[in-house]
Amino acid sequence: MANLKYFTNGLLKENPTFVLVLGTCPTLAVTTAATNGIGMGAATTFVLVCSNLIISLLKNLIPDKVRIAAFIVVIATFVTIVDLVMKAYTPDLYKALGIFIPLIVVNCIILGRAEAFAQKNRVWHSVLDGLGMGIGFTLAITLLASIREILGNGSIFNFRLMSENASTILIFILPPGAFVTYGLLIAIVNKLKAKLSF
Amino acid sequence: MAKKLESTLKNMVLSLTLISMVMSAALTFVYLKTKGPIEDAARQKEINAIKMVSPDFDNDPLPDARLVDGVTIYPVKKQNEPAGFAVKTFSEKGFSGHIELMAGFNADGTINAITVLQHKETPGLGTKMAEPKFLNQFFGKDPENFALKVKKDGGQVDAITAATISSRAFCDALQRAHNALGSVSDSSEILP
Repeated sequence: MANLKYFTNGLLKENPTFVLVLGTCPTLAVTTAATNGIGMGAATTFVLVCSNLIISLLKNLIPDKVRIAAFIVVIATFVTIVDLVMKAYTPDLYKALGIFIPLIVVNCIILGRAEAFAQKNRVWHSVLDGLGMGIGFTLAITLLASIREILGNGSIFNFRLMSENASTILIFILPPGAFVTYGLLIAIVNKLKAKLSF
Repeated sequence: MAKKLESTLKNMVLSLTLISMVMSAALTFVYLKTKGPIEDAARQKEINAIKMVSPDFDNDPLPDARLVDGVTIYPVKKQNEPAGFAVKTFSEKGFSGHIELMAGFNADGTINAITVLQHKETPGLGTKMAEPKFLNQFFGKDPENFALKVKKDGGQVDAITAATISSRAFCDALQRAHNALGSVSDSSEILP
């Protein structure tokens, strides 16, 4: 059970999106619909777990001075695998996420966890950390995307909550809405965290 | 635990080379595995789009495709009789650039149905061009006597509220499809 803390760490205490504020580019850009949030989260989680696993396994084989280059090669490989597999088996989701899949390579969460955790810790702990961080990221962007989809488009997971002609708060689907919602959610999470720790 | 490798030139070169080689091998494997399914998926997507817009047909339209000015024309047939065309057309005049449509025409030149294949329009505004409310006004119309321009420009198309540019681009793409169909008999080249 002692290992559990490596997993739960990413869910709230060090949530990559709300607390570490890493990977904001996909967070702001893809969260226009809840399904995109889940798809992006799943793809990122897969890459995160795999790259944490490999980097943790190889940590003694990678000299310090070339570690960033080595990490990027490992991460880019898994991103390309996700890219190809999604293109082959889930073309619809691939179409929706489009450009953001290749951009997982430069998602700071993944390089950040490789640098800050996987290269210093044991393999099993690194996998748990990757899983926790990935799920934390998925939950966070799905929450953000749901709020934006409900307010901006009147639907959730493509299921209509309001009639087709009802007027919605369009700005929430547009980029400024992403910043506003993101900011408010960070405030709420900070408040929650402060309450829980006292 | 084994000691971490020193950052000497030999170690760095060896380590990076080894990692790159193993990763390339893994990628090659995945690429070969997914190559077929990716092509199938692209093909299936094309056929689905053609089915969605075309009048009833029973041939395989992909081998008969013709390319006219960047517009792809798929002739569809029913029991070897020409039933109409599915036309993959585009416009660069969208609010955020490139849009792509698949438009189906009946044998008499009227529009059967249209579906939007690709666009980057503003969510909630320009994206409404993919909804039936906007699309339905084109169905059954013949572009010869239905001016493919928004009403603001003297045409007959009801533009999407607050998305005139997207509506114009949509009409532009449709007009392009119609023009390509008109010239298909003389200047067409058969795709390899």
